Amino acid sequence: MAVKKFVVGNFDDEAVLFPAVKKVRRAGYKIHDVFTPFPIHGLDHAMGLRDTSLHTAGFIYGITGTTTAVSFITWALTIDWQLNFGGKPFFSLPAWIPITFELTVLFAAVGMVLTFCYLCQLAPFVKKDHFNPRSTDDTFVMALECTEKTNEAEALSFLQSLGAKDVKVDYKETGWWLGRYDKDTKRFEKKAEAVH
Amino acid sequence: MSIRENFVVPKRYNTIAISLMVVGILAIVGLYVTSGSKESEHEQARFWASLLQNSVYFLLVVNASMFFICATTLAWGGWQMAFRRVTEAISAVVPVLGVICGAILLAVVFGGQHAIYHWSDAHHVEGDPTLLHKKGFLNPVFFSVVTVLTILLWSVLGWKMRQLSRSLDNNPLPTVEERKKYIWKNTVWAAVYIVVFSLTVMSSLPWLWLMSIDAHWYSTMYSWYTFASTFVAGVALIALFVVFLKNNGYLEYTNNEHLHDIGKFMFAFSVFWTYLWFSQFMLIWYANIPEETVYFKPRAEGAYSGIFWLMFLINFLAPLLLLMTRGAKRNYGTITFMALLIIFGHWLDFYQMVFPSPMTDEKGVTHVPMILYDFGVALGFVGLIMFSVGRALTKAPLLAKNHPFIKESLIHHT
Repeated sequence: MAVKKFVVGNFDDEAVLFPAVKKVRRAGYKIHDVFTPFPIHGLDHAMGLRDTSLHTAGFIYGITGTTTAVSFITWALTIDWQLNFGGKPFFSLPAWIPITFELTVLFAAVGMVLTFCYLCQLAPFVKKDHFNPRSTDDTFVMALECTEKTNEAEALSFLQSLGAKDVKVDYKETGWWLGRYDKDTKRFEKKAEAVH
Repeated sequence: MSIRENFVVPKRYNTIAISLMVVGILAIVGLYVTSGSKESEHEQARFWASLLQNSVYFLLVVNASMFFICATTLAWGGWQMAFRRVTEAISAVVPVLGVICGAILLAVVFGGQHAIYHWSDAHHVEGDPTLLHKKGFLNPVFFSVVTVLTILLWSVLGWKMRQLSRSLDNNPLPTVEERKKYIWKNTVWAAVYIVVFSLTVMSSLPWLWLMSIDAHWYSTMYSWYTFASTFVAGVALIALFVVFLKNNGYLEYTNNEHLHDIGKFMFAFSVFWTYLWFSQFMLIWYANIPEETVYFKPRAEGAYSGIFWLMFLINFLAPLLLLMTRGAKRNYGTITFMALLIIFGHWLDFYQMVFPSPMTDEKGVTHVPMILYDFGVALGFVGLIMFSVGRALTKAPLLAKNHPFIKESLIHHT
């Protein structure tokens, strides 16, 4: 897995965080992520994150559920095992709509949860590493990803000037157990070159 | 640019509104000449059915606006404050349409239009065990008392809610205590309105006004289904006015976030309508009891099947697929198109609720009348709503700027 170098700062106020995010982006730094203890409205917009595609996935799962239900019931009740319910035709769609609806919801819900876990790299037995454990408690942690052009000392003092507390340079392994997240392993291999 | 707080009716707007009203009056006159003035009871019924369908539909649609206000007030919602004056202006049309609708309903009941309301014919009821059994509920006195009382209560309570909102315009509330008190007062009056609303539109009124056209048939779901129909059309109407005002440079503080939420309402209640529409259909289809299926025979399979399935297409499939994405709900063009489509779709819904029974002749054959006249009448009502809402909008500033929740709306973010 790739080990990358980050410059990390800790903010304890939303009102400081928002202008900081804007200034950091304007200065050309690459924000890896901002970790917050609770969802903050508008932060995704300020960070310039693109909209999630999770709903598109949900639509596809839902359609799959609809198709599965309709095609299976059709096959079962018109071809495989025809039953006469009160003289209704074998192909009686209205009676199947509730089940079709349920399967649509089931497929969409389960599919979206699994996709969400995949995208967030959440799974049983996968350990998540924090830049700063206080991001699960009371502060907002911003991590800037270092590229070869980044001057860490400059980045550190820049974050500090924006109001960040305990700024530091940190190394983290990116990606997860399937190793699909980031294949770029070479650039930051040499840990020894880091500034201390 | 300074904030344009007060709406000025554009000249073209009123010209369009008045010419639509003229179209409506011409259609009513045309309809009267071709059917209303005829000897035959069924010809006359065609005239009155058109007036009945249009007036009830548009009254319930504008009334949905007041329901929107009161429901959001009870939920302590703040997001709608930025365009609350628009909903208030729409609900101000309730007394106008209420008088028209009430007059038409009473004229149908007492004017001897037995082809529409069979139960209003005392002689006929004597020989009809089912109607005799329902006589306690379906009789002219009960009908007219409930109708008048309902329209009166809607108008008065709606007026009270608007009054409460406007009382703050020149009278900001400085302390938190006063604001809490104001919100509480709003909550109480909104609750009273909701109780009246749920006892009328949500439970019993559509039984009287619409379901009793097919007096032998009944469905307990009917009122909910009617409510869903008019509420989604009501939200679509709000969306239309919001977009119109935005395009004319008003409502600075209403933005895509608010439009997105209105779009969500249109989407969600279209699905809700379909749920009720289908539930009512499926249970009757499944049980297959002749006295119940008689309602769906002319609609789902007979002469009205085209309208019935077209309705399914434009009231369910179109909103479901076209309003699903985030981008669509934030797009003025899409929202306008869908709002127009939804209002038209639910107008068709009312059309097939009202017409099949009066349009059934002595031989039991159901006809679809020439629908162009009904479009004309509908346009007349649209013109009336446009004109009255435009007038109501000028009466108060477009932003309820002293409402305690206004800040919540200005920073609203979906």
